[in-house]
Amino acid sequence: MGFPHPPHPKETVLLSQYFGDPEARSHKGWVKRGGYEALAQALKMQAGEVVEVVKESGLRGRGGAGFPTGLKWSFMPKEKKKPHYLCVNADESEPGTFKDREIMRWTPHALLEGTAIAAHAIQAEIAYIYIRGEFTEPWTIMEKALAEANAAGVFGKIRIVLHRGAGAYICGEETALMNSIEGKRGNPRIKPPFPAAAGLFGMPTTINNVETLAAVPHILKRGATWYKGLCLSNPKSTGTKLFSVCGHVQRPGNYEVTMGFPLKDLLYELSGGMRSGRTLKACIPGGSSVPILSREETERTLLDYEGVVAQGSMLGSGGVIVFDDSADMVYQIMRLARFYAHESCAQCTQCREGTAWTTKILERILAGQGKTQDLDLLLDLSENMTGKTICVLSDSCAAPVVSGIKKFKNEFEDYIAGKRKPVMVA
Amino acid sequence: MTMTTEEYRAVFTDKVLGELQEILSRYPNKQAALLPALWLVQRERGWISDRNMVEVAEVLGVTPAYVKGVVTFYTMYHQHPVGDNFVQVCTTSPCNICGAESVVKALLEQTGAKDPGATSPDGRWTIVEVECLGACGFATPVLVNDDFIENVTPERVPEIVKKYR
Repeated sequence: MGFPHPPHPKETVLLSQYFGDPEARSHKGWVKRGGYEALAQALKMQAGEVVEVVKESGLRGRGGAGFPTGLKWSFMPKEKKKPHYLCVNADESEPGTFKDREIMRWTPHALLEGTAIAAHAIQAEIAYIYIRGEFTEPWTIMEKALAEANAAGVFGKIRIVLHRGAGAYICGEETALMNSIEGKRGNPRIKPPFPAAAGLFGMPTTINNVETLAAVPHILKRGATWYKGLCLSNPKSTGTKLFSVCGHVQRPGNYEVTMGFPLKDLLYELSGGMRSGRTLKACIPGGSSVPILSREETERTLLDYEGVVAQGSMLGSGGVIVFDDSADMVYQIMRLARFYAHESCAQCTQCREGTAWTTKILERILAGQGKTQDLDLLLDLSENMTGKTICVLSDSCAAPVVSGIKKFKNEFEDYIAGKRKPVMVA
Repeated sequence: MTMTTEEYRAVFTDKVLGELQEILSRYPNKQAALLPALWLVQRERGWISDRNMVEVAEVLGVTPAYVKGVVTFYTMYHQHPVGDNFVQVCTTSPCNICGAESVVKALLEQTGAKDPGATSPDGRWTIVEVECLGACGFATPVLVNDDFIENVTPERVPEIVKKYR
């Protein structure tokens, strides 16, 4: 198992404080570090009070959409007439993102504690933690932590169940995740009804990301005002965020910074900058589903929900993929399109056909058989894949294609004009 | 591994049936135990045959066609026997730019498996390329059976092949 880097002085370590500390994994070690105090505190509060604290803190969903967490919880029926469920999305599969994996394998009890607090807040008796099938190591660690916490009886009436996925990116989409727990194919559902009205097993349900829940105990313990104060730029983005940096940097890894931190500093200082002799070409700041930023845009970006949008992309899951000047953007965009084509659940025509054809056209260009009109064709396809399907997988495929053609058009044109040697065989 | 459908043996007897009973207690209906039940089949048999899908269907009260629909949706369930060592290599973009394709090449060369997805003639190895293993900062991650190995380079492949051979 790879150990994380020691924290950089510019990091704000909250969730990542015990990354690399194997003792923090055990129930005993977690309690010694102040663990489960926030849960004990929450269980003494009314459910509605817990929701208010989280609402006030400004915490927003860390899975990608950035929806205010407290507000999401408040959508659950106040008066409980049916069973309520909590689903924890640990199906981390967004290319470029590996933060939830780190939370689960170093601080499993942080997730369990946050999960139990959330379950109390929404009056759920069962919480299902959906862990992707490939995460064998986090699974084993979570299983052990859950057994220890259960033996210590820390969850009161709340039952936590681990549910293993089986290899499907789409199950990270909240309604697909619920279908998967129900023993179905992971097809996203049409909304409405929204999960708070009819979710898992048709009952009121809330779905939260791992990192979101891991932040909750800190908020309970230190207060909403303190959490709100963790903000370097826009007051609508509060707290700390884990950024997974990967690709062409000296020190890939997870870095935790306060919202509003400059992306430039994350790349050039915390991650150690580019490899020797190389320069930054492009960056995908929020997991592969968001538009690609050029070097200039990257260097201007402030890392919060609004700051990344201002540069034409999205904060997403915080998966930062870095490309230096050696990267073949056409090939890498093809790889991303291929990912979405592979992961499409195939319910919607625009997605099933669109992701497949986008990949085929990009492969054709890379094989030296592209046509001048292919770029317009790709943009036209992407247009028909955006905002037209049940979920946003199709939009996610279009994002790197459209932004890639806009910002790195010359690379596509070189393949089409035969100025660049084909790298694929037709 | 040369198992065929003729050698069908029921999975849900004795101890494994007990495990399934415990799993069933976690959900409000039987169908929800389908993914865990399929994992049990794969753990016991190495893959999920049509006949075992029928068994799962009978145990959970759904149709065999329904079970097959679910099995075929999820990429981690094997519908055919695979090598004793099933190796998944991430080749999605973040790992790709860090040299993932050369790791696949090295694995194929040193195990004798002809192509990604094909099993080596000695039945020991199946190497597959997979999309994003969720460990992009540890490129290239390789999953050998249930062992997750980080930072694999072509230079490290001989050591890995030796360990599992």
